[in-house]
Amino acid sequence: MSAGNGAAVRGRAAYLWALPPVALLALFFLYPLALVAQQSFQPDTGGTSLEPYADVLASAAFREALWTTVWLALAATAGCLVLGFALALVIAFVPFPGARAVARFVDVFLSFPSFLITLALLFVYGTVGMANGAWTDLTGDAEGPFRFLTTPWGVLLAEITYFTPFVMRPLLAAFSQLDTAQIEAAGSLGARAPRIVRQIILPEALPALAAGGSLVLVLCLNEFGIVLFTGAKGVTTLPTLVYGKAILESDYPGACVVAVVNVLISVGLYGLYRVVSRRARA
Amino acid sequence: MWALFLLLFLPLFALPLLVVLGASFATHWSGVLPSGPTTAHYASATRGEALQALTTSLVTAVTASLIALAAGTWAALAAAELRKRHRKALDALFVLPLAVPSVVVGLATLVAFSQPPMLLNGTRWIVIIAHTVLVTAFAHQSVSAALTRLDPAYEQAAASLGASPAYVLWRVRLPLLLPSLTAAAGLCFALSMGELSATMMLYPPDWTPLPVLIYAATDRGALFTGSAVAAVLMAATLLVLLGVSRIRTRASYR
Repeated sequence: MSAGNGAAVRGRAAYLWALPPVALLALFFLYPLALVAQQSFQPDTGGTSLEPYADVLASAAFREALWTTVWLALAATAGCLVLGFALALVIAFVPFPGARAVARFVDVFLSFPSFLITLALLFVYGTVGMANGAWTDLTGDAEGPFRFLTTPWGVLLAEITYFTPFVMRPLLAAFSQLDTAQIEAAGSLGARAPRIVRQIILPEALPALAAGGSLVLVLCLNEFGIVLFTGAKGVTTLPTLVYGKAILESDYPGACVVAVVNVLISVGLYGLYRVVSRRARA
Repeated sequence: MWALFLLLFLPLFALPLLVVLGASFATHWSGVLPSGPTTAHYASATRGEALQALTTSLVTAVTASLIALAAGTWAALAAAELRKRHRKALDALFVLPLAVPSVVVGLATLVAFSQPPMLLNGTRWIVIIAHTVLVTAFAHQSVSAALTRLDPAYEQAAASLGASPAYVLWRVRLPLLLPSLTAAAGLCFALSMGELSATMMLYPPDWTPLPVLIYAATDRGALFTGSAVAAVLMAATLLVLLGVSRIRTRASYR
């Protein structure tokens, strides 16, 4: 057997080894997804048609959910970017004891499920809770003024709280590679902190910001636990609409249509994120 | 600057966890601080329905993590042997579950396994399958990132000394990958313990994991009981993470 032939055999063996995991993924993930796509074209009345799409896309509930999902995700991303940038700046450039402990804490924080944040906010801003309790104690009113929790604003606050660390991570990595000599030179030439941030740190941080921001955008679009725990009947996003249609209404073709739309948006944005984050690392 | 940091950081990140912990020991919360200290919620959170939910969550998370780790490692090792273009395609395929909303993974699993030939709806396996699919992507990401950092000199040295590929894998590569594998195991476990969205679509009545129980409690207004169950969830997750001792997060592998 020649050397080239041996390499070809080894190459074929490599593909054989790759087969079992791919087969498992196809059976448990790709095939179910394909079934969802197929069922989105099969109305309950039978046959194959675009009827489910026409029904769902024309419904006010879907349009409202789509709009709510998009603006919530955009607003939460903007909030996370601003807050994450500020916090990462302090952690990276203001020397203080316990910076490592903070980083560790953020890791622990992220290993907990997102709905815990909403649960906690119920005690902080809920009808019975810290903020309203403090208000009634101070003013003697029967009820406190904070009742935004069951509105989209409550979801927004919870999403910003939970997803900000996802922006901080790539930023801290970028800051650790920043040449501090540049900052010191600018400082010794009389540049003040805001100017240093704007002209030196921000340009360096842009790729990391783009990467973190697009990741948070995808995560917010797909967030389910926070919205569900808010318990607001008025706040419906695409994921909760999928759940509502499938489990509460047993309208599977409708749920599959919403799922297909949600997957297309999410996978598209995630692809964008992968491209951006690869640039950020390079 | 310091004060500003504490002002932003503590209320946002530390407070939520403390609040849940505080509420789990309380019977009322009508002032600034919770009142009516009690451990009754923990008594109910560690027996009966809640205890069963805890074991359900633990069994689901351990099973899903182990399967995901095996499949993810296998895929990452196999991909590393392929030509660059095929390797990228395989990696993209295994990252895909991260990009698909987990509610949709739940719906897809429900649709696929509610019909013959694989009728699993109503069994615990449908929950375990969905969890495994969701965490496999993280396991794969973690291991393939570690593989690219692996120094090839060790395996080349072993191979040049006549070690068979299987021996090199078992005695050289896997031991070198062990830190990443344990980190990935911890991450998979934590994610599976807290998984709610796909589980809500799938869980049968006799296989109710902790997050579903917490949701059910808060939904009927039993916030303090829910907090105690949530504290149990956090404690169980933390204990296992400390056990594998390296805490990584989903942010590092997205």
